[in-house]
Amino acid sequence: MQIYLPIAEISVDIILLLAMGGGVGLLSGIFGVGGGFLMTPILIFVGVPPAVAVATQANNVIASSVSGVFAHWKRGNVDFLMGWILLIGGFIGSTLGVGLFTFLKSLGQIDLVINLSYVIFLGTIGLLMMLEGIKAVFRRRKSGGASRGKLHEHNWFHGLPLKMRFRKSRLYISALLPFGIGFFVGVLSAIMGVGGGFILVPAMIYMLGMPTAMVIGTSLFQIIFVAANVTFLQAAQNQTVDVVLALLLLVGSVLGAQVGTRIGAKMQGDWLRLLLGILVVMVCGKLFLDLLIEPADLYALEMAE
Amino acid sequence: MISLVISLVHRLFSVSGIDVLKVLAAVGFSSFFVLSAKESKAIEADLSSHLVAITAGFSGDRILLFGSINSPGEVIVVVRGPDTDFKVQRKGQVAGIWMNTASMKFESVPSFYSIASTGPIEEISSSATRALNAIGFDNIGLELPVTKAAGKLADSWKDALLRNLLRSGNYQLENAEIVFLGEHLFRTEFELPANVPTGTYSVSVYHLRDGQIIDARTTPLTVSKIGVEAEIYDYAHLHSAMYGVIAIVIALVSGWIGHLIFRKG
Repeated sequence: MQIYLPIAEISVDIILLLAMGGGVGLLSGIFGVGGGFLMTPILIFVGVPPAVAVATQANNVIASSVSGVFAHWKRGNVDFLMGWILLIGGFIGSTLGVGLFTFLKSLGQIDLVINLSYVIFLGTIGLLMMLEGIKAVFRRRKSGGASRGKLHEHNWFHGLPLKMRFRKSRLYISALLPFGIGFFVGVLSAIMGVGGGFILVPAMIYMLGMPTAMVIGTSLFQIIFVAANVTFLQAAQNQTVDVVLALLLLVGSVLGAQVGTRIGAKMQGDWLRLLLGILVVMVCGKLFLDLLIEPADLYALEMAE
Repeated sequence: MISLVISLVHRLFSVSGIDVLKVLAAVGFSSFFVLSAKESKAIEADLSSHLVAITAGFSGDRILLFGSINSPGEVIVVVRGPDTDFKVQRKGQVAGIWMNTASMKFESVPSFYSIASTGPIEEISSSATRALNAIGFDNIGLELPVTKAAGKLADSWKDALLRNLLRSGNYQLENAEIVFLGEHLFRTEFELPANVPTGTYSVSVYHLRDGQIIDARTTPLTVSKIGVEAEIYDYAHLHSAMYGVIAIVIALVSGWIGHLIFRKG
């Protein structure tokens, strides 16, 4: 059954949309990730204009983050001070990001930048995850148990000014650090239509040195507001948020995530990381090939506004 | 009957002034032919529907055109969508990566164009007739002004535009799909793709003899988004900020509902 999406202005099979939502929800449940980085490229593959895919996915990120943040909040795993500073950076970053998006769209280069951002950022993270997964699986086979790494290292950025005490995370670091990370992830979430968890979570663990338990709740808290900001600005500036598409994807992803969480609980962490790494590298590989292979028609049509 | 009323109402209230003028001009133009050719040359034609409603389940539509001529001759039917601007992007290789390196804007060209005829249009109509009545892809203003591009370059842009529009189904190659039922009655069908542009179309039916038009009829066809989809689209464009707020609220509420389901499960 076809459904006409009012903002994307295309007809798509409703079963396909539900299946996509379900599939990505399943994976995000298994791996405990947002899934935006998978959904946006898939939406583009099925013919949703990239600008609409990115903005609509930002809207979806709000929903999935909200449903996740409650549980962490109740356990006291949200560092609100850290969250607010990340958020201030995120707000400024995502506002500039949407501005950049609009500008690149007017230049006709937004599709290229979306694709390149995916290939560079997601590809790097995916490769690292894959390597780390392989290492961990290999190591466990040899020694029979995973060894613990260092908590965090001291780098140049620990010498930055404006130091603040973050009691919940038991940290005394420069406020510029979470601000900068929030800013960077804000720009990315505006351009890539992702929550940014895949950058934010490793950055909070490895750069800020936050306790892992605190990271997920705090990042979700920040992501909700940044995604809301992106949704609002995309809707207001570019009219690219498709609520019908968002709702249909949501139904599938809520159900899929429920099943996925149960499967994920039964699997080993290292294997999960390896599989997720492979998945991410495959998605990036496809996007990268699209950039390298000569298109069938060098000319493409764009409806002028 | 009901569809007739709907299309009348639609024509009266929803069509912009310029479109009405265009239709009136077209009707006036065709009645000029009727007046100049009083003896039995009349052509009659109508559509199965004058309103194509793009609703939730829309996946394209077929429109039936039927008519009659009361003297022998050839028939050409031209369906033309409202004029729009198109931008064509050309990709080039930069550091191994294919990216948009040039673009060209075509102003005021038909957003939809389809021809049906009883024979190849070059054979049944003179080139002057086609030029005057904008029949055929060579006569609908796809040529770029020389200030933008000239010669081979202009041709390659034009070919690219045409190729892409044909691929998307916005433009359809001339076909000879007009079927005669007996001597006078004829019918043809044309297809509107799922991504059909909205607006007021004109459907012109020409009756030709010896390459000249001896009679013509133009009838309007309205393609518009109807129902919830149309309201969402309008709301998103007219009240963008409020639309954004509503989208956020919907996401917040559905996320909360999702949380409730998760907690139970």
